[in-house]
Amino acid sequence: MNPHTLAAIAAMAAVTVATRLAGLALPPDFAGKGRLAAAFAAMPVAVLTALIAPAVITGGWRESAAALFVAAAAKYLPMPVVVIAGVAAAAALRAI
Amino acid sequence: MTVSSSPAAEFRAGAAASSAPTLALVPFALLLGGLAAAKGFTPLETALMSALVFAGSAQFAAIDTWTDPAPWLALAGLTLVVNLRHVLMSASVLRRMERFPRAGRALAMLFLADEVWAFAEARAARQPLTPAYFAGLALPFYACWVAAGAAGNLLGQWIADPRAWGFDFAFVAIFIVLIRGFRAQPGFATALIASAAAATAIDWVHPGPASIIGGTIAGIAAAAIAHKPETAQ
Repeated sequence: MNPHTLAAIAAMAAVTVATRLAGLALPPDFAGKGRLAAAFAAMPVAVLTALIAPAVITGGWRESAAALFVAAAAKYLPMPVVVIAGVAAAAALRAI
Repeated sequence: MTVSSSPAAEFRAGAAASSAPTLALVPFALLLGGLAAAKGFTPLETALMSALVFAGSAQFAAIDTWTDPAPWLALAGLTLVVNLRHVLMSASVLRRMERFPRAGRALAMLFLADEVWAFAEARAARQPLTPAYFAGLALPFYACWVAAGAAGNLLGQWIADPRAWGFDFAFVAIFIVLIRGFRAQPGFATALIASAAAATAIDWVHPGPASIIGGTIAGIAAAAIAHKPETAQ
């Protein structure tokens, strides 16, 4: 194996592990109540929204339309069905 | 609330919950392997990278800029920027791990890919998160990522870009469904709008991973500011 490749993989792994273990340094009740608790409660919505928002909002009307379709379908259908329908909708819209 | 189901049932429930992202992952793991092969990776090197780093967006960004000999310091810096959100994500999910042994918490954090984390948070919003459920979420997802990455490396240039088939939208759809699941939570709309606005604005000015951490911080800061202390205890 290429030693430079191995060194780079090791460096990337070390950085990733450090970011994932960083949360453990906090005391267990650090966000029990108040504004800090509200901030942590909002974390999943904030992270997931930040991951998809640029593509959905400024990625063109096809992406926006497919996202709106998924949000509406999720009201009535289970996740695997919504995901398959969403992929089909995105592929169909992009083919237009 | 008590957990009446056995660890085996919890594991199965976790694996069932993450089956959609695990299946959606396969074409991307194959693509990563194909791109890595083009940069001179052996299948073993691709498997090692996926097994040790286990962070899809960081791995795609790294392979994209990979040169031989690999600039390890630049790649570590790139990984740090792309993965900075994991600091906040691990702190957040830690609050849900009362049922995990101490060493189990650290072990679980190593598997904290976006999808694993998001499904763990979604579970914890409804019932206690158990180690077996977390293992069910993480292990098939992890095994698939490593194995399909190595397979993609072997197949090399035969791999088509899954984006051409709309497969990239699977993750957008999964995340939309997960976001929707949190809609009853106080501060939901505030966090959603602030994160979307900040991430989109940052990405427009400076395309790249900065929009993820920027949107996250804007979303949680807005939720904290909007929090009404009189409704708390």
